[in-house]
Amino acid sequence: MTVDAIAAAAREILTPESVITDPVRLRTYECDGLTHYRVSPGLVVLPETAEQVAAVVRLCVEHGVPFVARGSGTGLSGGALPRSDGVLIVTSRMRRIVELDLPRHRAVVEPGVTNLAITEAVREHGFYYAPDPSSQQICSIGGNVAENSGGAHCLKYGFTVNHVLGLEVVTPDGEIVQLDANDPGYDLLGAFVGSEGTLGITTKITVRLSRAPETVITLLAAFDDIEGGGRAVSAIISAGVVPAAIEMMDALAIQAAEASVSCGYPEGAGAVLIVELDGPHAAVAHQFTEVERICQQEGAFELRQAASAEERAAIWRGRKSAFAAVGRISPAYIVQDGVVPRTALPQVLAGIDALQDEYGIRVANVFHAGDGNLHPLVLFDDAVPGEGERAELVSARILDLCLQHGGSITGEHGVGVDKSRYMPKMFSEEDLDTMQLVRCAFDPRGLSNPGKVFPTPRLCGEVPGVRKGVHPLVESGQAEQF
Amino acid sequence: MLTVPGVTVREATQDDLVGGVRPRWVALPETVEEIAAVMRASAAHDLAVVTVGGGTKLHWGAPPERCDLLIDTCCLGDVLEHAAGDLVVRVQAGTTMETLAETLAREGQELALDVPLEGATVGGTLATATAGPRRLRYGTARDLLIGITAVLADGTIAHSGGRVVKNVAGYDLGKLFTGSYGTLAVIAEATFRLHPLPAERRWITAEFPPDELSFPMRDLLDSQHEPVAIEVDWPDLSGPCTVCVLVEGVAAEERATAVRDLLKPPATVEASPPPWWGRLPDGILIEARGPRLTLAADLPHVRDAAGRFDVTLRGSVAAGAMHVTPASDSDPGQVAAFLTELRSRLSGPVVLLAAPDEVAALVDRWGPTGGLTLMRRVKERFDPDRRLSPGRFVGGL
Repeated sequence: MTVDAIAAAAREILTPESVITDPVRLRTYECDGLTHYRVSPGLVVLPETAEQVAAVVRLCVEHGVPFVARGSGTGLSGGALPRSDGVLIVTSRMRRIVELDLPRHRAVVEPGVTNLAITEAVREHGFYYAPDPSSQQICSIGGNVAENSGGAHCLKYGFTVNHVLGLEVVTPDGEIVQLDANDPGYDLLGAFVGSEGTLGITTKITVRLSRAPETVITLLAAFDDIEGGGRAVSAIISAGVVPAAIEMMDALAIQAAEASVSCGYPEGAGAVLIVELDGPHAAVAHQFTEVERICQQEGAFELRQAASAEERAAIWRGRKSAFAAVGRISPAYIVQDGVVPRTALPQVLAGIDALQDEYGIRVANVFHAGDGNLHPLVLFDDAVPGEGERAELVSARILDLCLQHGGSITGEHGVGVDKSRYMPKMFSEEDLDTMQLVRCAFDPRGLSNPGKVFPTPRLCGEVPGVRKGVHPLVESGQAEQF
Repeated sequence: MLTVPGVTVREATQDDLVGGVRPRWVALPETVEEIAAVMRASAAHDLAVVTVGGGTKLHWGAPPERCDLLIDTCCLGDVLEHAAGDLVVRVQAGTTMETLAETLAREGQELALDVPLEGATVGGTLATATAGPRRLRYGTARDLLIGITAVLADGTIAHSGGRVVKNVAGYDLGKLFTGSYGTLAVIAEATFRLHPLPAERRWITAEFPPDELSFPMRDLLDSQHEPVAIEVDWPDLSGPCTVCVLVEGVAAEERATAVRDLLKPPATVEASPPPWWGRLPDGILIEARGPRLTLAADLPHVRDAAGRFDVTLRGSVAAGAMHVTPASDSDPGQVAAFLTELRSRLSGPVVLLAAPDEVAALVDRWGPTGGLTLMRRVKERFDPDRRLSPGRFVGGL
């Protein structure tokens, strides 16, 4: 078997213990954060250097074997789902912070470094790394680059692609190439970030470090209904205020959070809004007054301002626990990730309401309201015959609603294996063919993470993603979910 | 005469030269579909195509290897949709940045992308990836572009991105086409994220010896006053340089005072910019790039490279892009020697953006770059017959 041949050769290039062929150990890597898709990889390698990654990729090319890169495995779209006939290249041993260059606001890190580790390394000097996906305690920066990860605070600060200044990548040919944002030529760096592992493997990342803001104010506003909260969001943005984050939860999501972490949100709230403002003290103080006024004007019946780090954490606790918390009120659920223009939020939420009635399925709404990024949690009981299928239908139709209103099928979780079949709904055949030109330029053999992003024949036994219970990483307290 | 059904095509004149190359025809499409028709006709007749908007940067880059047809986007000048509530605009490529700004200002909004050359269009701004002072805070065109429609060499109409800011579905072709100098596709429409017009703006100006510039730069970048731009103007390399900082938005006056105190008197605060603010100098244009702060430390190297050669310097030194301009009557050999000297002394890329042929003939305009093999492969896939601005860009792409 070709994978066996690669294993033998890889043991020569890497240390023998960095090459895993034992089926029991291989199964550890059978899924990422989207646990419903499971495939045991043909072979796992744990390289420690870019040269080793390149050598393994060249072996794959030589034998015509597909390869998939994996960081921490927290992705929510199955982007790191292995191939049974392929090699899984795990970057978890490449976790050195190579260089901290504070005067130039830069850090150079290896792909296995966790997102939060960068901030932790520079926090004492008053810096941080801005993109903050909710899994930041454990997700790897290499994975962030592959997925162009966002987070609650990307409303003001942008996504991974806006904070990556340079990359060292191993191309699908096994060449090591440096891509620098300052270099003349095509913006291959921009095309690479967010390509979900289909254009190569990142082995070194230069990121921008941001100054920690002088002041942070977090506000919790309770509304009778979600319409009031939605109006407040629109009014805040229209007023020219750009908060660091604006998050919203509906009554069902609040109920779940209360049951799970007793977050103590105002009683009787049909919706809560969390608004975080940061920046220079003078600017934040002014914006806070404005946000407070708007919330009251739009009918907020209670406003709470976090006066300390503890109080801020308490406000965020309910929001951050929401995904896992719905496990308390439903035996199973599907996490959806769709985007709509902010002004379409009321119609889309009304549409989701109508879907709940039509299918008899409950949906808890949690979302990054500032940028229209919805995370509806479609709840169902898999013990009830037919309910799982109805939930899948509701989940799919929510994406249809997003597209009808000019939105996107994914704001931050990626396409992966989970949503490749929706791509033709968002893009024409010509659009997808044009994207394939990029793919073919980088990876003419189609060996780098094949079967992801673009619609292809589905794998055997593949069914749409259903989350049941809590991801092991969340359960163990290693990660939080938005 | 080339005929494309439904599209105005005229004979080219001496006014239509592209880097000294005279095209045979000029097409004036009015819609994306008409651009596609023009490109299908060009494919059928093996015509090489260059696209022009305001023509403000048509002399940038190498002359095309060949140019049969000029696509003039002058009739693609509509702001198609300004969704003010969503802070998003969709606009045709031929719209001038001024027209776009006027439209957006009516709703109190702006595209936070400064335009260094008057008369530039959306398409040209994207194709050359120009930006101005506020790149420090808002990034460049690629950071503000959220969706694109472009026409490929064979007439295929391709979209990527969309009209929402947060979107990770599919490859980001917008980033690939931005700064590609028309060598991959004809940009037809663009969708941008917008920002509210800032309530107030203040410019703080001070003079510094160029050898000590790193210190105020570092203090400014590390400060909590959120400067959106830090520019340097150095018209006489034997004298001091002027640093000008822009703060905008809420409490601008208060923050401007804090910046003034940081720069120390006699720094001044003004409600309007200095005349040189955000403008590219005319003539030969050399762009040096580098990470934040690197360029500030590079100023003495520029002076050393120049020696007695007459040059001026201006640009977004803190954000990592500055422009060096030799005097217009400079000897071509001296310009070439200066460029080579700059490349040996500065750590980042040094690009010759605009220069007369006699200068450009003596040097590589672009200098070394990473990933050129991949770029060539991208070009081969998108434009296998080399009909889109052939030879204009890096490595003869």
